[in-house]
Amino acid sequence: MDLGSMYQEIILDHYKNPHRRGLREPYDGESFQVNPTCGDEVTLRVKLSDGKVADVSYEGQGCSISQASTSVLTDLVVGHSVEEAFATMDAFVELMQGRGQVEPDEDVLEDGVAFAGVAKYPARVKCALLGWMAFKDAVGRTSTNDEVEAS
Amino acid sequence: MTTTAGPLDVTAVRADFPILSRTVRDGKPLVYLDSGATSQRPTQVLDAERRFLETSNAAVHRGAHQLAEEATEAYEGAREKIAAFVGATPGELVFTKNATEGINLVAYAMSNAATAGDEAKRFVVGPGDEIVVTEMEHHANLVPWQQLCQRTGATLKWFGVTDEGRLDLSRLDEVITERTKVVAFVHQSNVLGTVNPVEPLVRRAREVGAFVLLDACQSVPHGLSGQGPVNLGELDVDFAVFSGHKMLGPSGIGVLYGRRELLEAMPPFLTGGSMIELVRMEGSTFAPPPQRFEAGVPMTSQAVGLGAAVDYLNAIGMDRVAAHEHLLAERALAGLKELPGVRIIGPRDTTDRGATVAFVIDGVHPHDASQVLDSLGVAVRVGHHCAWPLHRSCGIPATVRASFYLYNSLSEVDALVDGVREAQRFFGVA
Repeated sequence: MDLGSMYQEIILDHYKNPHRRGLREPYDGESFQVNPTCGDEVTLRVKLSDGKVADVSYEGQGCSISQASTSVLTDLVVGHSVEEAFATMDAFVELMQGRGQVEPDEDVLEDGVAFAGVAKYPARVKCALLGWMAFKDAVGRTSTNDEVEAS
Repeated sequence: MTTTAGPLDVTAVRADFPILSRTVRDGKPLVYLDSGATSQRPTQVLDAERRFLETSNAAVHRGAHQLAEEATEAYEGAREKIAAFVGATPGELVFTKNATEGINLVAYAMSNAATAGDEAKRFVVGPGDEIVVTEMEHHANLVPWQQLCQRTGATLKWFGVTDEGRLDLSRLDEVITERTKVVAFVHQSNVLGTVNPVEPLVRRAREVGAFVLLDACQSVPHGLSGQGPVNLGELDVDFAVFSGHKMLGPSGIGVLYGRRELLEAMPPFLTGGSMIELVRMEGSTFAPPPQRFEAGVPMTSQAVGLGAAVDYLNAIGMDRVAAHEHLLAERALAGLKELPGVRIIGPRDTTDRGATVAFVIDGVHPHDASQVLDSLGVAVRVGHHCAWPLHRSCGIPATVRASFYLYNSLSEVDALVDGVREAQRFFGVA
């Protein structure tokens, strides 16, 4: 087995030098996600502004795949509309659940294409998706809050 | 398989396990170090199951035809063998689907006791009563007790774990008190490898009239170094559980041991066919144990397979199995201790410990370490190993766990240590 197919340089770079790590104020929604099979966890916050993702901050403990994936996530969604961010998320989830059969679109996923190799290892797919599940949940919590405030 | 005296012949043993000769991940010989999760099965066990199914398969304890007779004999014959293996009598052994079900059986029988008449009164648990467990329990010996407390209003208490990975029994008399109804603890930790002292806990439980349940999933299959097979009768516990698939047998079968007089008085958990004495529309009475606790058509070929696994282990001798595993543990501890940045989680020497070794590597997450090991053909477990509170108490989210069995060789221990070194190199921490 070629370890390099999973641990692309891009992934190791993000793991060693994660982008936007740390929990920041202010934020509109927060999510705590855990992988019950391995105990990895992430707390992730989202700050929205004018329908766009203004900031994503996070803290957690996990393997290189889950940490790097969350770092890449922040690059892919910050500065984009929630709609665009969710479209990117869908593309990433499709890639990860594709068992190595899905050809990733670099224009959409940028550094995220490096995770194509991870998709061949079912046990690690959850690792790559942990941060994304937290992002989806955190955004959901911001809209709930908006509705509460509006009513 | 060899049955001669002297040390265990690992080459001969391995020849009985076809799966051990396969390769993984592009031709790497399989180094299987995950027997704590599930063990592999020798051809003797596979053949016994197949032979039973090809010649004598029928529903046991029903029907008067010849096959039904043979199947019942095979099923009860397996119970006798397994009972003898753990120092019990056949009537003290209940077959369950796994060890987890065995623990749930006792926990639910206790909450059913409240409405089961005078005979069951001694099992009743309620507000003011206490259940004692330990912080090193597998979730299977923790969650059912949490749930029993929730159903009955009883309180859960627990023993902590020392920095060396031993049970902290310094406050034994304060944790187990007159209020304690059950003391449930693991014989050998599935993470730390620690073998817990049964005697002081049983003695204290007896003083206060509490029941003792022993989780023997990681001890019965391996025996105890210097002692040989685990003898539940001599340990004088009230209940114990172990599972078939961790001791060379099939999955789908576990064993609950219960002292005869307790099983006689204990109300059932699952009810239905097979476990009854007399059924009328208005109500039913129940069969004596063990049948009272085996509702429905039971697993049969699995019992036969587990009987064959016991034959296999007996032929080798549990003292030799334990002695071999002692050597493996010694080598693994020595090898891992030599690596800078590797920290063993659990006892660092072989005193009162089995051949399960958990560790963390500075700068390499356990998941990543296992991926490197897997790429070299070395199969280990990573995560919290169903002992999340234990990991939390150690301040770590996860560990790498290598768990050995009679078929592992010393060179496989070396493959583990080399693989850890390679993981450190790959992630640039050594």
